[in-house]
Amino acid sequence: MTFFAEFDMSIFVDVVLLTFLLMAAFAIVVMRHLFSVVMVGGVYSLVSAAFFVNLDAVDVAFTEAAVGGGISTVLLLGGLMLTSRREKLPVTRRSVIPLLAAVVTGSALIYATFDMPDFEDPDSPANAYVGRDYMERTPREIDVPNVVTAVLASYRGFDTMGETAVVFTAGLGVLVLLGMGLRVAPATDKEEDGT
Amino acid sequence: MTPHLVLRVVTKILLSPIILFAFYVQFHGDFSPGGGFQAGVIFGVAVILYALVFGLDMAKKVFSPRIIQILMALGVMIYAGVGYVGLFMGGAFLDYNVLDPSNPVHGQHYGIMFVEMGVGITVSAVMVGIFYAFAGRNVEISDEDW
Amino acid sequence: MSAEFILGHYNYWIAIVLMMVGLYTVMSRSNLVKKLVGLNVFQTSVFMLYISMGKIKGGTAPIITPGEGVIYSNPLPHVLILTAIVVGVATMAVGLAIIVRIREAYGTIEENEILAIDHDLEFGKSTNA
Repeated sequence: MTFFAEFDMSIFVDVVLLTFLLMAAFAIVVMRHLFSVVMVGGVYSLVSAAFFVNLDAVDVAFTEAAVGGGISTVLLLGGLMLTSRREKLPVTRRSVIPLLAAVVTGSALIYATFDMPDFEDPDSPANAYVGRDYMERTPREIDVPNVVTAVLASYRGFDTMGETAVVFTAGLGVLVLLGMGLRVAPATDKEEDGT
Repeated sequence: MTPHLVLRVVTKILLSPIILFAFYVQFHGDFSPGGGFQAGVIFGVAVILYALVFGLDMAKKVFSPRIIQILMALGVMIYAGVGYVGLFMGGAFLDYNVLDPSNPVHGQHYGIMFVEMGVGITVSAVMVGIFYAFAGRNVEISDEDW
Repeated sequence: MSAEFILGHYNYWIAIVLMMVGLYTVMSRSNLVKKLVGLNVFQTSVFMLYISMGKIKGGTAPIITPGEGVIYSNPLPHVLILTAIVVGVATMAVGLAIIVRIREAYGTIEENEILAIDHDLEFGKSTNA
């Protein structure tokens, strides 16, 4: 294992991007102006997209940048416009218990990662069996260069159908809750759905 | 001088390349990073940009909410329809090999193309529909609260 | 705890720290929109954990190019995370719609105030308001 004989630039980029992510996450916890919180949330998504590119996950980076940096931010701003601009200071602070719970959960998870295989190991159980099998079968059976699309649409087609149904159901749910302005509201005092 | 003149001119210039890029990502999903989801999101963002700059009413005239409702369901039906076609032609549900009996690999290509098209249609319609729902709501907070 | 061990695991540890920051935001803050953003942070850090497991040393993106001896990263975690991202934005949209309706019904989106209004509605206002 020659980690220091060849200085891998990608490790340096890794560490810099992770530092940005940590700073953005802490800013989200601390800030109280909700507009800034949503903006930093968008920054967090975009920097994580760059992090995904560094880890060779180009499809995931594309989707995270478009969805997290684009749609999520627009929807959160739309929700902000309809609800409130600032987070109020709580009257009684009891943040010791959440902090304790987070620290205990985090330590348990970090203790569990001691058993995990090394980062970038080609023979780890995650990388050795099904993943390698898909890479070998795709040029023969499907002949599509983008293996992620081949797996998504063909080998795991049922999952993608369920995912499309989930997106449709979410749209349906939002329509039921908020309405899309299809019917003009008659002049009444009460608030009506779907108007 | 109309308000937001720079925004309006730049949006008019940028709108067609954004929609073109959405179609490019959709159809090149087999050869480069991309596919149905990314293309649907980019197309939805193009419509949202148009609605933000030119007003929600103009956007609703071009992409009416009725059409958006129909498109939301159409994508899922196309996906399931491809599965049923495989069933009728003798294979299992969502089996693409039987879509082209002479050449299974071509059948896979047909299947992937139609399936990604269904996904792209649903995702773009849902993004636009959700934006219409949020933007069409009456705002109760006054502007001085910012 | 050799340098090799740390280099092999630091990605996972920082992803877990980010997860806990998101979890703390969800648990401790009472503003509903802030909770939703914290949930978003939590989800994205879980994605980072998964994608880190799929990276192979010296590999490149899993798009097959003509040529011999190219190492590709594992495509399976990418597929799973793609689905997870889209499902995440779907749940966030429905959550925001519910928050808008809560605001219209209660007049506030702070959790402690909402619970107080519910308590008053159910048991009547107490004398030591």
